[in-house]
Amino acid sequence: MTLDLFEKFNTTIENFNQLPSGELNPFTVVMDKVISPTEAIINGRKTILAGTNNYMGMTYNKQCMDAAIEALNTFGTGTTGSRVLNGTYNGHKKLEASLNDFYGTDHAIVFSTGYQANLGVIATIAGPKDYVVIDADSHASIYDGCAMGNATIVRFTHNDPENLEKRLARIRRKDPEAGILVVIEGVYSMLGDQAPIKELAEASKKHDAFVLVDEAHSIGVFGQTGRGVAQEQGVEHLVDFTIGTFSKSVGTVGGYCVSNHPKFDVLRLVCRPYVFTASLPPSVVASATKALELIKDSNLRVKLLENSMRLNKGLADAGFNMGTTGESPIAAIIIDEQNTAIAYWQMMMQEGVYVNLAVPPATPNGLNLMRCSLSAAHTFEQIDYMLEKFISVGKNLAVL
Amino acid sequence: MTLNTSEIFDQICEIMTPFNIKAISIKTGTTFASDLELDSLAVMDMLAAIEDHFDVTVPLNILPDLETVGQVAEAIKTILDE
Ligand SMILES: Cc1ncc(COP(=O)(O)O)c(C=O)c1O
Repeated sequence: MTLDLFEKFNTTIENFNQLPSGELNPFTVVMDKVISPTEAIINGRKTILAGTNNYMGMTYNKQCMDAAIEALNTFGTGTTGSRVLNGTYNGHKKLEASLNDFYGTDHAIVFSTGYQANLGVIATIAGPKDYVVIDADSHASIYDGCAMGNATIVRFTHNDPENLEKRLARIRRKDPEAGILVVIEGVYSMLGDQAPIKELAEASKKHDAFVLVDEAHSIGVFGQTGRGVAQEQGVEHLVDFTIGTFSKSVGTVGGYCVSNHPKFDVLRLVCRPYVFTASLPPSVVASATKALELIKDSNLRVKLLENSMRLNKGLADAGFNMGTTGESPIAAIIIDEQNTAIAYWQMMMQEGVYVNLAVPPATPNGLNLMRCSLSAAHTFEQIDYMLEKFISVGKNLAVL
Repeated sequence: MTLNTSEIFDQICEIMTPFNIKAISIKTGTTFASDLELDSLAVMDMLAAIEDHFDVTVPLNILPDLETVGQVAEAIKTILDE
């Protein structure tokens, strides 16, 4: 008997089939029309978007859109090629120069997504004799970068410098010469907690390890000029590689890595997720370049954190079991039962509020979350509406 | 002092007590997933406790090969002997 390759997915298929179909399924949402960074038409209903990572509301910024349209008209819809062949336009070089300007770094490489940036950088710079030491709650792209490479992978307890230090000491004792890359995130996206970069990086430096910080959820949001948590904590000098994405605050798509390492640019030749894929379309590149410029000088992050604090505080005051504190743009309510969380999500949709239903394995500690990512573009009115609906649905479901 | 595999196994059984919620008797062939019903998170926590106890690094890379308690004991023995 030949084995069906898809047999291994039977449990996944069964679990998925148990979810309600159509508009009540949390994982098959279709945006029929998008009205603004904070509103869309879903299932014919006007819906407030409270789970889209659109932190700065950049997706409809007039200047970004104009820049994209101009690039589209001048350079066409796509590059149809790799960065190392025909896929580097002057816009890509300008964007990399903007990133260096934004971060004050010597080298910047743009990838087609943030996922590929993690995949490429981690898998390439850590070789068979090296170690990658990652936070246990790392994003899938970090885990996948580890799986793609040949290094030895070690995990440390989430945000625990002492645990990291212990693991580094063990590695060093066995292997005094090995190259070590420590990978952390500026903000962890599910519970919005910041890494104690100073302590983690100091432990790393004590054992001569390189430090990579993924600022996917913190670019634009933290730091005086929006560089992220390392800037906020005043420890950029301890960070060797910063990775980020254009798919959240920057409002488009793409990823990057910046560094002062003198040999950094060799990655353009050896990093397969950079070489063997087509480069970003010119319009995307142009809007990302414009957004970076705007983010640097804007005070949108103040408004964003004000919005987040308003929702977090409102929910906490109402008596919800919160996973977040309001210090990042995430608000997450912890729901004990997964079925209650699914029902909660459905009822919020019927009230015209889109949030994320976040369940394991995407969440830490097996938590079920009703997760919101706030935007600077949300009005207080919208936030108060979300709050009202969270409370009425919460009472309905006896969560409150 | 070098430990043999059965001494390592005994120590692992002790470390596993808090993870053995059903209090089943642990043998070398006891599996984490079906016998002990541990999810991947619990397995990782348990391995961290084992790493700390023996003061060794168990790379994430070998995790897929560790399905039974006996296999972990053997892996720790190999790492300690290196
Ligand atoms: C921490 C982290 N790194 C990387 C990524 C991937 O970013 P992108 O959407 O650009 O692939 C994400 C977003 O999902 C993320 O949360």
